Amino acid sequence: MSMTLNVNGTRRDFYGDPDTPLLWVIREQLGLTGTKYGCGIAQCGACTIHVDGVPLRSCSAPVAAMTGRAITTIEGLASRVAKAVQKAWVDLDVVQCGYCQSGQIMSAVALLEKKPKATDEDIDHALAGNICRCATYQRIRAAIHLAAKRLASKEGA
Amino acid sequence: MSVAQAWLVVIVLTGVGASLAGANDLRSPESFSSIGDQADRSRSLFVEAGRVLQHPRCLNCHPAGDRPSQGEDQHPHTPLVVRGLDDKGATALRCVTCHQAANFTPSGVPGHPLWQMAPREMAWQGKSLPQICEQIKDPRRNGGKTLTQIHEHLAHDTLVGWAWAPGGSREPAPGTQAQLGALTAAWIETGAACPTR
Repeated sequence: MSMTLNVNGTRRDFYGDPDTPLLWVIREQLGLTGTKYGCGIAQCGACTIHVDGVPLRSCSAPVAAMTGRAITTIEGLASRVAKAVQKAWVDLDVVQCGYCQSGQIMSAVALLEKKPKATDEDIDHALAGNICRCATYQRIRAAIHLAAKRLASKEGA
Repeated sequence: MSVAQAWLVVIVLTGVGASLAGANDLRSPESFSSIGDQADRSRSLFVEAGRVLQHPRCLNCHPAGDRPSQGEDQHPHTPLVVRGLDDKGATALRCVTCHQAANFTPSGVPGHPLWQMAPREMAWQGKSLPQICEQIKDPRRNGGKTLTQIHEHLAHDTLVGWAWAPGGSREPAPGTQAQLGALTAAWIETGAACPTR
């Protein structure tokens, strides 16, 4: 089948098996390798993207389901919240090996877009599906709080 | 008489055929017609329907508390997910974050367009079948439904129907959704009596 995808605000053509996991289309066909393959069974969160603003595990969604929907990958994050989160990530040096971090950031941005005053419990629930083998969880939590604080005080990017 | 014919006679005469038909089948409402007392028949019909209601495909999303379970052993859902305000997940970790509109073979993740948990007041896990029966009839704990609407839900709701097409290695609920609907209708017609134990 052939279809047109809306990825990071740009129209991208796809031709292939409609059951192809969206992750493979993003990485292999579109070359957007910021989104990572971790487990392939929606257990680790490394492949998290946004579809219509909601986090989605791209390893577990068929590309055929993306018609007419807005796909955002880590490369396309550009909102004020996204910039604040990315800056907090850098300022607190959150990343260790980095493999899971694009997924972590996608979930963190989606959380703060909906809940600007996210609590520890909100963070736990929102990012429970994003696994970090380096165990940077405490720095992730701190960075989300820092981003939220800056956004609230208009220091956000 | 051949060996095959001899086995056929044994099966017919002993009723072994019934068990060979499959432990995952449901009995028909007509098969309860020999129970003369209507209330007893109603209770027996619900017990049969209860084989579906207490199956992991149903109980996993009718949990006690805020977390669904998964698998035949009903272990806690992984990753950790919670029902949230609308029974469809927490902010930024929604059911639809992983569960799409259909079962997805490449990842093994089940799906349906209406994927969500049953509301908290409809918790079935940890309850006996009589307790579930009373709960199903109680509008305060069944979403304000009449018995007719309960029948509609069990017989025709497509999310309920997922239990018979769960995909992967997941065991389907017993029988068919149509059979569950027939049992439920017969249970209601006979007075919707609840089993006592």
